Amino acid sequence: MTTAVDRDALRAGQRPGDRIFSTATVVAGSLILAVLAAVAIFLLVQSIPAFLTVPEDFDGGSANFWDYVWPLAFGTLWSSLLALLMAIPVAIGIALFISHYAPRRLAQGLGYIVDLLAAVPSVVFGLWGIGVLAPMLQPFYVTLVQWFGWFPLFEGPVSGTGRTIFTVAIVLAVMVLPIITAIAREIFLQTPMLHEEAALALGATRWEMITMAVLPFGRPGIISAAMLGLGRALGETMAVAMVLSPSPQIIFQLLTSQNPTTIAANIALNFPEAHGVGVNILLGTGLILFTITLAVNMLARYIINRRKAFSGAN
Amino acid sequence: MSTTLRTPLSNSLTAGKLPKRSSLAVLVASWLVTAAVFVVLQLSGASKDFNVAGTLFFGTVLYCVAIYLLSYFVEGVRKAKDRLVTALVTAAFVVALLPLVSLVVTTLTNGLPALLTPTFFSESQRNIVGEGGGALHAIIGTLLITGVATLISVPIGLLTAIYLTEYGRGRLARAITFFVDVMTGIPSIVAGLFAFALFALLFDDPGIRFGFGGSIALAVLMIPVVVRSSEEMLKLVPNELREAAYALGVPKWLTIIKVVLPTSVAGIITGIMISISRVIGETAPLLIIAGFTASVNYDLFSERMMTLPVFVYNQYSSQGTDAQAYVDRAWAGALTLILIVMLLNGLARVIAKIFSPKLGR
Repeated sequence: MTTAVDRDALRAGQRPGDRIFSTATVVAGSLILAVLAAVAIFLLVQSIPAFLTVPEDFDGGSANFWDYVWPLAFGTLWSSLLALLMAIPVAIGIALFISHYAPRRLAQGLGYIVDLLAAVPSVVFGLWGIGVLAPMLQPFYVTLVQWFGWFPLFEGPVSGTGRTIFTVAIVLAVMVLPIITAIAREIFLQTPMLHEEAALALGATRWEMITMAVLPFGRPGIISAAMLGLGRALGETMAVAMVLSPSPQIIFQLLTSQNPTTIAANIALNFPEAHGVGVNILLGTGLILFTITLAVNMLARYIINRRKAFSGAN
Repeated sequence: MSTTLRTPLSNSLTAGKLPKRSSLAVLVASWLVTAAVFVVLQLSGASKDFNVAGTLFFGTVLYCVAIYLLSYFVEGVRKAKDRLVTALVTAAFVVALLPLVSLVVTTLTNGLPALLTPTFFSESQRNIVGEGGGALHAIIGTLLITGVATLISVPIGLLTAIYLTEYGRGRLARAITFFVDVMTGIPSIVAGLFAFALFALLFDDPGIRFGFGGSIALAVLMIPVVVRSSEEMLKLVPNELREAAYALGVPKWLTIIKVVLPTSVAGIITGIMISISRVIGETAPLLIIAGFTASVNYDLFSERMMTLPVFVYNQYSSQGTDAQAYVDRAWAGALTLILIVMLLNGLARVIAKIFSPKLGR
């Protein structure tokens, strides 16, 4: 009795609306990839003249482009590293506080307060750093140099304004704090409840439970959170440009008035007055910054994606 | 024989416990002790006035040591460590709040007087030296540039999110997801340099500055945020709704437009507002491609255009003869920015609360 139904007749016809709509979404998605590629290509094209420069093109007497960019790259990495050293322990502490210590009813509100830090524009952080933080820390720096001047990092002569790389690192640490905290918090909350309860049932104190169940589970997440924070710190511009009193050279001392500056801050300070090949040189340094942050971010995302459970943690 | 019976066995499992409120008492006691030390220092003339920050800091350090020792002798080493970590973790949270509080308080106290001058919202900085004038040109510029950036990035971002949740399979979808995540980490100044490099090549003008370029730069920063937040929201739409629509014979694209989007519209709008509040404070890209000026400029496609963040930076970095007036204006600009960002964030939360999708629970 059954008639063989022609399979093709059952298949719904492609409506033009469907086709247009799905094509539009594909185009939009591909456009994003195209934009990312365009960023790289246009920066590369515009910075080619920078790689061919002669010593006369530079103000500071650098021999070539790499000679010019190296101290800046050092300053970028050095300030970000210092910022991360300060931010990571505090961020883990905050994340633990919100996820495991604070009363349940308060936890979400507290998380929102930390997120507010991320909403403050960076130029306001710069204003705060130079207007409040630097003058406040300067007497502290004087004491530090007096007592611990024998330690290479704290060698004098101390800065008179407090606008040192150490102040910058503190401002950067405050700025990356909400990023690291947000991700670490998400991951700590994803710790399997059974692991935690098993630890507690065996008589572990809360801290022992955290070291046994929460931290091992969250370790890859913490690492990638730190790297995302690093990406933010590397690219941060205005706060550094406003707070630091720069001198483009490689200096490890934290508290003197001679401080290495960062790529981003150097661009922001010099771009408005740059002309001719100077613009290309700054674009070239921007390309270097782009490459560094891209590498850091890709590595971080790769680590996050390896454990799919974390993908919700933006 | 009898002596062994009388002394209780002491091991880490049956150790004693501190009374319930003891940690609070120890905290207050250690603050009082350090306060007393600082009072003595003040009276002896070693320091000029009473050091509140020092009292709280050293008091907390003293608390950490005291609670550890106390707990160590009464409750044993494991409990002691637990109490120490609790103290440290709570301290970390308080430490993070300090900059936020300090920042808000200083911005309010420094920015409010200049913000409340009648001309701040009605005049530009044209022909102003020293006191007076306002930030009208910067506010107009910020609204125009951010508005156009939103117009560019919302359709692209939303369509991409729809692609990723409704259509995307295989390699392209994976690549887009990965690179959208990577794109959220692009430094803002690089986005500005990109816009500059693009338009300098297009128009063959090595000193190009105009507002639309700023919109492009902000859009580059904004698109990934819009994609991520919209994607999360679209994922929340239950599959049953889609299936019900398909069962009624509704085409896929109409299902998305009439069923999926209306269900998640609140979350999407919230995400868009939060992404606006992210980019509205961006300084570096606008400094590079939009430049700065003292006059009002309504035309996005020619001449420099001032924006609020750049206004703040510019007022602070190039102070004129009456330096205080410039600094005051910078703080007022910063306060305006923070108010806008807070307003957007608050609005986003209200929208999310009112229209949040009513899921089956």
